Amino acid sequence: MNTTPSEQTSKSPLIELKGVAKVYGTGLAAMHALRGIDLRIDQGEFVAVMGPSGSGKSTCMNILGCLDTPSAGAYLFEGVDAGKLSRDQRALLRRNYLGFVFQGFNLLNRTSALENVELPLIYRGTPTGERRACALRALEAVGLIGWETHTPSELSGGQQQRVAIARAIVTNPKVLLADEPTGNLDSARSREIMEVLAAFNSERGITIALVTHDADMAAYAKRIIRFLDGIIDSEEQNGGTA
Amino acid sequence: MLRETVLLAFREIRRNVLRSSLTILGIVIGVAAVITMVTLGGGATAQVASDIAKLGTNLLQVRPGQARRGPGGTRSTGDMFKEDDAEAIAREISGLAAVAPTASQTAQGIFGNKNWSTAATGSTNSYLQVRDWPLENGRPFTSGELRAGKAVCILGATVRKELFGGQNPIGATIRLGNLSCQVIGVLESKGQSSFGTDRDDFVLIPLRTLQRRIAGNTDVSTIYVSARDGVSTKKIEQDVERLMRERRHIASGKEDDFHVRDMQELVSTMTGTTRVLTGLLGAVAAVSLLVGGIGIMNIMLVSVTERTREIGIRLAVGALERDVLMQFLVEAVVLSSFGGLIGIVLGVAAAAAGARLLAVPFIFDPGIVAISFAFSAAVGIIFGYFPARQAGQMDPIEALRHE
Repeated sequence: MNTTPSEQTSKSPLIELKGVAKVYGTGLAAMHALRGIDLRIDQGEFVAVMGPSGSGKSTCMNILGCLDTPSAGAYLFEGVDAGKLSRDQRALLRRNYLGFVFQGFNLLNRTSALENVELPLIYRGTPTGERRACALRALEAVGLIGWETHTPSELSGGQQQRVAIARAIVTNPKVLLADEPTGNLDSARSREIMEVLAAFNSERGITIALVTHDADMAAYAKRIIRFLDGIIDSEEQNGGTA
Repeated sequence: MLRETVLLAFREIRRNVLRSSLTILGIVIGVAAVITMVTLGGGATAQVASDIAKLGTNLLQVRPGQARRGPGGTRSTGDMFKEDDAEAIAREISGLAAVAPTASQTAQGIFGNKNWSTAATGSTNSYLQVRDWPLENGRPFTSGELRAGKAVCILGATVRKELFGGQNPIGATIRLGNLSCQVIGVLESKGQSSFGTDRDDFVLIPLRTLQRRIAGNTDVSTIYVSARDGVSTKKIEQDVERLMRERRHIASGKEDDFHVRDMQELVSTMTGTTRVLTGLLGAVAAVSLLVGGIGIMNIMLVSVTERTREIGIRLAVGALERDVLMQFLVEAVVLSSFGGLIGIVLGVAAAAAGARLLAVPFIFDPGIVAISFAFSAAVGIIFGYFPARQAGQMDPIEALRHE
């Protein structure tokens, strides 16, 4: 582990960004999405990332999720520089340690809730019977027992997002990355989703990084980081209302 | 993992039944065409080979005059053979099964009020042996009948039908030209040759009977020579040529005034021709398989674009590039193999129907079926690979943003 001894020696950071920058395009057309981010997230944290549109929070999330690589700086996941991993190695990292929840749910259409939840297990090579059992347990954890044969089009937005959460946690990931998970939902459904996420954080110790516009949703997190123009503007600890 | 991939492919194909059916249509037609053409061609080849084999196996024909050289070529005449030429061949050349000196004249066959113009063929019992022609009824000539040139005859199936209808001809006496002769046997029918002539339209009589009583000479127009099993007809052909040149006093350097025709050679020439034609037809049909492959590639590219978001989701939850590539490749291969299977069923059915229509034997060739199937699967791999690779190499972020 690549722990810096001066800081939090008791806990080694799960995630550490060191001077991470991301530039899209080149020359005059270059767009600096991130301009040097230093951030560490420890095991079991619940972090909310806030900021106006274009502040770089989604880019940061994509890098944290190993969907994208930094243009400069280092992204250490459990001490491993994920920015230097190959495409397939990053896919394996996602497969084994990360779970995603998106604003647009991103479920497979015309595919039942159960099969959507099973999807990550298929790529892990989990045998059929065990896969089914795990997926059912995950659906139960998000309160969707009885809905497993329904396809996304037969489910409400809140239910769809809960299927997506079940898909994200079915592999018992170390980190759950949620990019505006409540962006398409009304406030009542949003609170339900946040409570489900907060429960996974407190009961299972899954580290959660959440991007949101909504201060009410950010209030569920224990730490709030604010982005502005590609840098971290401020950081505050939060009691966590959940 | 592979099981899931295959199941997934089947599900995707079922989701778009119409599109999938249209996609594989090219492969279906291609495979069906290849199988139909090759099977019918194979049947025709077998037909030609068996027709020629019916002339007698291991058979050589020795005739006076030069061989025809190409279509319309002239044929210089030579002196007719005599019976002792045939005797000399039988005596001096080893490895022979039988030698049949033969002469032929057209003659009017008359029985009661029935009348049939046919050929009177004079030969010996060896004729039946060299032509591999069994008697349906009656007996062959006795050596006494042959030696004395008795008025007895064996009827070809056509002559028997024309003169006797359903009656038993054995023992009856027919007129053959000016000759009255007794029917002692009937030959089995060989039917039409592939050149369209009726092989059963003749009456076999002893050679001497023909020479003395009908032709009025001692000529032998054809000597049939059959080789013993396992003896090369090539060698016998050379031996016969040498012997005949000697007997006919042909100076070295001068051309033969007779020719020896090898039936084996004829078989291979004729079947070779039909085989080349079969190959050409098959090749033309195979082109439509290629066109079918391009159709699959086209649809797979559309499918990859349509399912960009799905690909993004799969990549996000940890699918490797090769997982996604395999998914689309398997889908293409399942599609094309399925098309191949349908094409095989249609092709075999069409070949069976076509064989009946063209009156050639239907010979089911498992080899061409296996090759067609393998080829259609290969088409799926080759034409599915490019779209599948595109799918696997997608950027997950871009793919997830895709609407």
